[in-house]
Amino acid sequence: MSVANIWVVVEPANGSLTSTSLELLTHARSLSSDVSAITWGDASALAAQVGEYGATTLYDVGDLGGALPGVPVAAAIAQLVAVRSPDAILIPTSYDGRDIAGRLSARLDRPVLTNVMGLSDEGGLVTEHAVFGGSQTVKAHFTGAGPGIIVVRAKSFVAEASGGAPASVVAAPSGDTGASGLAKITASHVEERTGPKLEEAAVVVSGGRGLGEADQYALIEETAKLLHGAAGASRAIVDAGWVPYSHQVGQTGKTVKPTVYIACGISGATQHMVGMKGSKNIVAINKDPDAPIFQIADFGVVGDVHKVLPALIEQLKARG
Amino acid sequence: MNVVVCVKQIPDPAAPQSLDASHNLDRSGKLILDEADTYGVEMALQLVDKAGGGEVTVVSMGSGADVAGLRNALAMGAAKAVIVSDDALRGTDALGTAKVLAAVIKRESPDLILAATESSDGYTGTTPVQLAELLGLASITFAKSVTVEGSTVKVERQTESGYDEVSAPTPCVVTVTAGVVEPRYASFKGIMAAKSKPVEILSVADLGLGNEVGPAGARQEITAVLAAESRQAGEKHVDEGDGAQKIVAYLESIKVL
Repeated sequence: MSVANIWVVVEPANGSLTSTSLELLTHARSLSSDVSAITWGDASALAAQVGEYGATTLYDVGDLGGALPGVPVAAAIAQLVAVRSPDAILIPTSYDGRDIAGRLSARLDRPVLTNVMGLSDEGGLVTEHAVFGGSQTVKAHFTGAGPGIIVVRAKSFVAEASGGAPASVVAAPSGDTGASGLAKITASHVEERTGPKLEEAAVVVSGGRGLGEADQYALIEETAKLLHGAAGASRAIVDAGWVPYSHQVGQTGKTVKPTVYIACGISGATQHMVGMKGSKNIVAINKDPDAPIFQIADFGVVGDVHKVLPALIEQLKARG
Repeated sequence: MNVVVCVKQIPDPAAPQSLDASHNLDRSGKLILDEADTYGVEMALQLVDKAGGGEVTVVSMGSGADVAGLRNALAMGAAKAVIVSDDALRGTDALGTAKVLAAVIKRESPDLILAATESSDGYTGTTPVQLAELLGLASITFAKSVTVEGSTVKVERQTESGYDEVSAPTPCVVTVTAGVVEPRYASFKGIMAAKSKPVEILSVADLGLGNEVGPAGARQEITAVLAAESRQAGEKHVDEGDGAQKIVAYLESIKVL
């Protein structure tokens, strides 16, 4: 393997690692035999999981004292890079991951490649990106010296444990953050959520502008619930304020790859398609027979969502 | 309070998009103000209004040959626009863009800098945070609400599970999501007034920048552009009252039911 060593930023969430973090660890160890991870918060609680997915060392930035992770984590990584630079630093595409990548890029004066959906060793690391709604794939690589900062979208790789021993936890040096580190979290709010998470659900039912008005989104939620799935949304209705941003599927939202994706009243803007075209099966309901969504749907129904969905809900209820 | 909003003029996302021979996005057609930026412009106008004084400046990088998108922001109510336009910038990456914007913003020394979370053409999504780091300022990304109390910015920041309340001292950088505010439509009066508002066009040399921006500074290259594996359209039925039943049958066939 020509890739000597890779670092992976792994994000803690409720005492465990996010699924994207595990996907990146898994892929990193297929590219290099020397994988280290960087985290913050309670690293000792994560060492076993980090090791199980293939990293041998876990750098611990420690408690952030309420600061947003971007600045302190990037500052610590920059200090580590000065001592022993890796070939690449993989970072999950997430709110905090993007902050870390941006901060680190400016600190190291190294460019970033983001929205990465594939990463391979072709005598050097080559990234893959979906462009124009996923109709084309662009391959890219870094030039010049220094580590490549690579921000990878969720679901780009499949997470698989390797059965490795717990990673050894090493305290990361704290960098000087000055005025840039002054953004502090003063309170956290968890939105009530029932059923599976959007990114993990086997069934995703999504609604778009074709629903007509905000209260019609209840049809999407009920269908999703009956199918033990999660409710998603197009950017159009998130922008319109019908549903929270956390439901958004697409380029600017979440990437989903469920067993079946049911698009209701979604025309299929390229923005949306890139977030769901990896679904195993796609069902589309739209009254416009020429809607682009039908070009990628395995099963399409040309019809009014206000008629088809209530009928579908009734049939699903009847099945119990 | 003076607010700078970073904005971008992009090819209309509704029109077909392509890469040119140098693997740069083809920007030869008409450019429009990125809709994602209208939220930042509106937020800035409301914050300045609430503070009881100050002005909104839009700062951009790109071709200065067509500034209709910037005029749009001016028509909404921004006081002036600055755009860095230089052939040497073609092929600049996100970090290089942040260096250019930082050089402009240093001259403005605003109390607050707003930007979208990402542009709707390149989607890199790191420029505002890179900008904050270059300026040595705090940043709060993914704001779904922004208020300013004295010299403190308070933001409700989107998280995976809900939202956090985050605060930072001014000056700082905040990125706003769509939905943070409802952007106004420019009034006829606003459109007329925008025609005489200043649009300053700067070059790379004006900012004292050189090779760190532009394609040499990008230190990355596209090696291939390939057609992605495409999905085939499957069955399509016109609903005649049996649409739901057919969907149930399909879900059974793929063993979801």
